[in-house]
Amino acid sequence: MSDLDAKLIKMGEQIVSNCSFSNDQEVVIAKVADHLQRFWDPRMRTAIKKNLNDNPDAASDVLKNAVNQLTT
Amino acid sequence: MNVEFYKRFGPELDLGTPKVEADKSVSLKIDGAEIHVPEGTSVMRAAGLAGIQIPKLCASEDLEAFGSCRLCLVEIEGRKGYPASCTTNVEEGMVVKTQTERISSLRRNVMELYISDHPLDCLTCPTNGDCQLQDMAGVVGLRDVRYGYEGENHLQAEKDESGSYFTFDPSKCIVCSRCVRACEEQQGTFALTIQGRGFESKVAASQDEAFKDSECVSCGACVKACPTATLTEKTVIEFGIPETATVTTCAYCGVGCSFRAEMQGDRLVRMIPNRDGHANHGHSCIKGRFAFGYSTHPDRITKPMIRDSIRDPWQEVSWEEALSHAATRFKDIQKEYGVKSIGGITSSRCTNEETFLVQKLIRGAFGNNNVDTCARVCHSPTGYGLKTTLGESAGTQQFDSVMQADTIIVMGANPTDAHPVFASQMKRRLRQGANLIVIDPRRIDLVDGPHVKADHHLQLKPGTNVAVLNSLAHTIIDEGLENEEYIQDRCEREAYETWRDFVALPENSPEALEKETGVPATEIRAAARLYANVENGAIYYGLGVTEHSQGSTTVMGIANLAMVTGNVGRAGVGVNPLRGQNNVQGACDMGSFPHELPGYRHVSDGTVRAMFEKEWQVTLDPEPGFRIPNMFDYAVEGSFKGMYIQGEDMAQSDPDTQHVTKALMSMECVVVQDIFLNETSKYAHVFLPGSSFLEKNGTFTNAERRISPVRKVMEPLAGKEDWEVTVALSNAMGYKMDYSHPSEIMDEIARLTPTFTGVSYEKLDRLGSIQWPCNEEAPEGTPTMHIDEFGRGKGFFAPTPYVATDERSTRKFPLLLTTGRILSQYNVGAQTRRTENNEYHGEDRLEIHPADAEVRGIKQDAWVGIQSRAGETVMRADITERVQPGVVYTTFHFPESGANVVTTDNSDWATNCPEYKVTAVQAYPVSQPSEWQRNFKAYSKEQAELVSKRKRDDKAKA
Ligand code: SF4
Ligand code: SF4
Ligand code: SF4
Ligand code: FES
Repeated sequence: MSDLDAKLIKMGEQIVSNCSFSNDQEVVIAKVADHLQRFWDPRMRTAIKKNLNDNPDAASDVLKNAVNQLTT
Repeated sequence: MNVEFYKRFGPELDLGTPKVEADKSVSLKIDGAEIHVPEGTSVMRAAGLAGIQIPKLCASEDLEAFGSCRLCLVEIEGRKGYPASCTTNVEEGMVVKTQTERISSLRRNVMELYISDHPLDCLTCPTNGDCQLQDMAGVVGLRDVRYGYEGENHLQAEKDESGSYFTFDPSKCIVCSRCVRACEEQQGTFALTIQGRGFESKVAASQDEAFKDSECVSCGACVKACPTATLTEKTVIEFGIPETATVTTCAYCGVGCSFRAEMQGDRLVRMIPNRDGHANHGHSCIKGRFAFGYSTHPDRITKPMIRDSIRDPWQEVSWEEALSHAATRFKDIQKEYGVKSIGGITSSRCTNEETFLVQKLIRGAFGNNNVDTCARVCHSPTGYGLKTTLGESAGTQQFDSVMQADTIIVMGANPTDAHPVFASQMKRRLRQGANLIVIDPRRIDLVDGPHVKADHHLQLKPGTNVAVLNSLAHTIIDEGLENEEYIQDRCEREAYETWRDFVALPENSPEALEKETGVPATEIRAAARLYANVENGAIYYGLGVTEHSQGSTTVMGIANLAMVTGNVGRAGVGVNPLRGQNNVQGACDMGSFPHELPGYRHVSDGTVRAMFEKEWQVTLDPEPGFRIPNMFDYAVEGSFKGMYIQGEDMAQSDPDTQHVTKALMSMECVVVQDIFLNETSKYAHVFLPGSSFLEKNGTFTNAERRISPVRKVMEPLAGKEDWEVTVALSNAMGYKMDYSHPSEIMDEIARLTPTFTGVSYEKLDRLGSIQWPCNEEAPEGTPTMHIDEFGRGKGFFAPTPYVATDERSTRKFPLLLTTGRILSQYNVGAQTRRTENNEYHGEDRLEIHPADAEVRGIKQDAWVGIQSRAGETVMRADITERVQPGVVYTTFHFPESGANVVTTDNSDWATNCPEYKVTAVQAYPVSQPSEWQRNFKAYSKEQAELVSKRKRDDKAKA
């Protein structure tokens, strides 16, 4: 995995921890997805999506689910 | 164009005693004229308001009346004797005479005494023509000095020229004590005293030391206050008395002080803080007052330059050639790598108008949203956090609001160094008795300063801000200190309850978090009570809050704390970010972020986009672009190829220097626009010479949302104001921009931004400054926000889980490094390093606790290596208890000290604001510079040669 891919996952997981407030996983996933959608350049969203498809063990379930919800 | 932006400013009138606000008005007669003034006004001021100048020496509008010189005496019907008009307040029906035979004779006697002990060298005195003693001698008609000049006198007293910016010539002192009072009342440093009595009395700095060695911080208040030539600016001694003045705004920090730039032709002689300035009320700090010499420093580059590769010598070219070269390179890159392969940076040092144009250039001419600003690395979490909770990305108050605060929290900010003029105001309030809570890992000066002591210093471990805020919030809920009525009325109930239940959890109690934060639970509880139990609690915070992996969460935690105690929406309270650079608020307002158009509106909002598209005649990208760190990451990765950087020095200011320089070297076209060849320009292909704040028209917006005019006092050395360069670059790229004056850019901003609709240059001229929102509902601006409801409607309690940073001390890196600023230097130091301010702070040092120094064998002043996972640098040690054991601290004002070689790419989860404030490091004694420093030196030398060997083009029009 490239340094950049690893960094995107690290950033994504940071968002997950800071949004993990509700006990309801769906709420957390939606929050994380919304954050990525609103603040990440589409190139970063595409890159993390592709990377997590190739390396499903590299991220938490919450992050993977959130990334899967992204439109681009 | 109906803009009087170059209006002339007459001499500053001094009415002798401070302005008084009172509901009741009093009427009286002075020299036959009927006058109405607010109750509590002095007779002297009342007379001044009626156009009658009563002679005075010890009085000044900036200071409380003192009544020592006895020159201002008057006759009041029905009263015995001759009271001093400065210390006598008006009364209803009073009848005052300011001129009678008897008064004149008494005044002449007073003057006679002063002059008998004063040198008579008026014609060669530096302040000849600007001396109140001289004026008063004239006004009272002094013709003769009966005592002669032979008696005992002070004419041989020795001058003190130790200070960099002003001299002290005691032979001219009349011991009016205005300087002493200015240092106490205005500045709050208490550096001066009157020593001795009677004839022996004299002004002394600290323990009768030279000014340079005393506690003096060179704010210049005493110099402005001095009515004689005793305290005089060295520039006045060198050049003489200024002839004209123009009011403008300081280009250093986010306080945004208003100044009179006093000129002789186009030479700036001195900067005098403007008494009518709404942010500073006539006060200043060393930077704005004195450190302006950089603007004409020989290092200024005044001709555009280009080169193909960063290893080639520079070549001077005309503006046309440089701009068309840059435009062609950018367009070629876009053709080859795609529209989104380039981007740009707006500058928080530049004006609103300039910032607005750069983001317009990127969105319009580049056709993408790859625009960001240096706020990314300082206050982007403020934007995110305050928008989420309160609904507006800005501080809630005006500075003056602090005068009504009962408890003040200062968190992660060091106002006496970084926001000195606001610090002086805050100290004034603290001396009146307000409580102070400091939340900071370091013992900043406010904790234990002259006549100011913190009630609580919560000396937390770096990186535990959120834990501390949660434990304060826990205490408030636990002890029932919340303002239920306010919350019920003003905030979203469900979000509040979720947050309340969360902070109430036992794991958020001060007792449970004590070990993590390092702050005793009893201190947290006491501080929470002190904040929650007063009428008005106000929070001020700085980069020690934002520059963390949880920066945004911390900002939201602060907003939550203010809401739960009902402390938002009136004077004396609020959430107040202290902004770093002069126009960081403005740069954010003007749409410098990749996801937001001007006025903080998301690019995905179709209605907003449509409005901009219509005005700008382009199609805008609905998706967010890259932030600065993303741009660097993708430059290293290979798909981001070009950048237009206006007035920012990322190679020095941004974290993980080696990553930044690698990114810059990976790009094909880096265009730097700056007044100096800064660190970043060593990696640039095109250099466009910038204009200093003295060379352009525009506006800055300070930390209290105050839009203030910046007025041109001299022609741009390189021939163009910065906004003109952006316009020309845009036109060269084929996207038409057409403005003849920055006021037209402001008109466009007003058309497009709901919080700016009422702003115009005409109104700025009239009102002096305006706090946004300024629109139909608030035609003269908004000092206090969120009065009846929050910007977003109901206040939102955002969740604030504490997530410890990855930067923890380990066996390999056991210390935590945190960074900050010092009073005399400013940010990357490009300006202040080119002034005499270097005499006050000539290098960055590593502060380390004696215990940590001892176990490592580190000696005071010796070289010490600092290493993190990102890199290694070397600087000299300063062993001090200001830092706690386990924590080290440094500033980043000098490029060669490489503080940012050590900081890492860790960043805030929501905004990518770098975690400058926490880096795990090791420190050890060394005998030579680090490898990075050796490479830095070699590369800097090579680049300096490429500049000095540059192909000169005498034809190139500057
Ligand atoms: S310059 Fe400022 S700090 Fe120094 S003595 Fe004067 S008033 Fe005090
Ligand atoms: S130095 Fe100036 S302000 Fe101070 S006591 Fe002397 S004359 Fe007055
Ligand atoms: S406090 Fe800030 S704005 Fe005011 S003079 Fe100093 S640097 Fe300039
Ligand atoms: S001016 Fe009033 S006593 Fe000096």
